[in-house]
Amino acid sequence: MYQADWSVIPQNIGLLLDGVLLTLQISALALIISIPVGVILGLCRISKNKILSLLATAYIEFIRGVPLLVLLFWIFFVLGKFLQLGPYWSAVLGLAAFSGAFVAEIIRAGIESIPRGQMEAARSSGMTYFQAMRLIILPQAFRKMLPPLASQFIILIKDSSLVSVISVTDLTLVAKNLIVTSFRSLEVWTAVAILYFIITFTLSQIIRIFERKFKLRE
Amino acid sequence: MIRIKGVKKSFGDLKVLNNINLEIPQSNVSAIIGPSGAGKSTLIRAVNALEDIDSGEIIVDGVSVHDKKTNINKIRTEIGFVFQSFNLYPFLTALENVTIASINVKKTDKAEAIERGRELLSSLGLEDKFHSYPSKLSGGQQQRVAIARALAMDPKVMLFDEPTSALDPEMIKEVLDAIRKLAKSGMTMMVVTHEMGFAKEMCDQIVFMADGSIIEVAPPKTFFTNPVSPRAQDFLSKVLNH
Repeated sequence: MYQADWSVIPQNIGLLLDGVLLTLQISALALIISIPVGVILGLCRISKNKILSLLATAYIEFIRGVPLLVLLFWIFFVLGKFLQLGPYWSAVLGLAAFSGAFVAEIIRAGIESIPRGQMEAARSSGMTYFQAMRLIILPQAFRKMLPPLASQFIILIKDSSLVSVISVTDLTLVAKNLIVTSFRSLEVWTAVAILYFIITFTLSQIIRIFERKFKLRE
Repeated sequence: MIRIKGVKKSFGDLKVLNNINLEIPQSNVSAIIGPSGAGKSTLIRAVNALEDIDSGEIIVDGVSVHDKKTNINKIRTEIGFVFQSFNLYPFLTALENVTIASINVKKTDKAEAIERGRELLSSLGLEDKFHSYPSKLSGGQQQRVAIARALAMDPKVMLFDEPTSALDPEMIKEVLDAIRKLAKSGMTMMVVTHEMGFAKEMCDQIVFMADGSIIEVAPPKTFFTNPVSPRAQDFLSKVLNH
C-alpha cells in the first residue's frame, strides 16, 4: 500500500501559492486583453463591411480550429522569437489570442440579441453608429454577455495550465517541479486540483453576485 | 417642411413604394392611413432614412435626407420619431431615456438637459415617473416617455409610426391626447394611424395609401364624407362600419 505523506504540501505552500498567483495573473491579463480584442472582432464580424467581417470570421475560425497547446508553442517559438516576447508574455498573448476568438462570439451573440428597435431608436435621435453602440447597445448586451463571459474566464483559468509547457512557472509547472524533487505525485496533484477548484469556484460565486446586482436594476 | 418627390422602393419584385409624391407644409398634421401592406410604415421610416429608397428624393427642412453628402445624424436631430413598440432603453430611467441623446449628441449641458427632460415629462403627465424604469411603466406611459424623448431634441418635424397600435384600448386616449397637444402647438407631423376618429378630428390632411401608392390626398371632411377613389370607399366601408 502507498503511504501518503501530505507534509509535502504545507512545506511547499509558499511555492504553490506563487504558482496560484502567477496563474491568476496570466489569466487576468489575458482576459483584460481578450475583451477589447473580442469586442473589435465581434463588431467586425457583424459589420456590413465584407472585408472586415471576412477577416474577423477567418481569425475566429482559425483560432477555434487550432489546439491551444499548438498555438502556445507557435507564439513562443515563432512569434516570440521575432518579437522577443519571452515565456511570460508569450503565454499571456497566446491565451488572449485564443480567448479573444471565443469572447468575440459571445459579444456577437450578445449584440445580436438586442432588439433592432433599440438601434433604430438611438439612430433616429441622431446618434452615430458608434455612439448608439457605446451608449445603448453594448451596455445592454454586456448584461447578457456576463454569464457566458464568466464561464469563458473560468475556462481561461483552466486552460492556462497549458502555459507550463513553455516554462512559465504557473501552478501546474510548480506542481511538476515539486514532484520531481519530492516524488509525491498523488499528494501534489490532489492539492493542485483542489487549488484550481477553489479559484474557479470562488470566481463563479463572485460572478453570481454581480449578475444578481445587474438584475436588480431594470 | 417635408417634400417627398418620386420616391420608389422595392423588395425584390414587390413594389413597396411606387412613385410617391407628397408635400407637408409647416405646422401641417398629416394622417397616413390605409390597409396593411400599403407601404405607410416604409414611407414614414424613409423620411428619416431608417429605410433606404431606390430612387426619388425626400427633403426635410431644406435638406435632402437620402443624399450621400447629407450628414444624416444632423438632420435626424431635427426629426422626432415615435415607434409603434416604443423602443425605450430598458436599462435607463424615464428621465435618462429622455436626456441621453441631447447630452451626447447635442452636447447640451447636463443640468440643462435634465431640467428640460423634467419639463417635458411633466407636460405629458409623468411628473412622478422620472426615475422609473420602462418595465415599471404601462404601455401608455412608455409611449409618452418615447414622445418626450423625441421632443427633447427640439425637432422641427415629428413622425409617428402607429403610435397607439401596441396599446391596450384604455391607454390609447392618453397617448392621442399627447399627440393632440403637440399638434395644437404647431408642430409639423406625419402620423401613420388606424385611429380614424383621431385622423378625422385632428389632422389637416388625410393621405390614403394602398399597394405602395398614394391613392388620395384630401382634407379629412372631404375624405371621410366623399372619398373619390373606389379603393378608399371600400377601405372606409370596412373600417367605419364594424
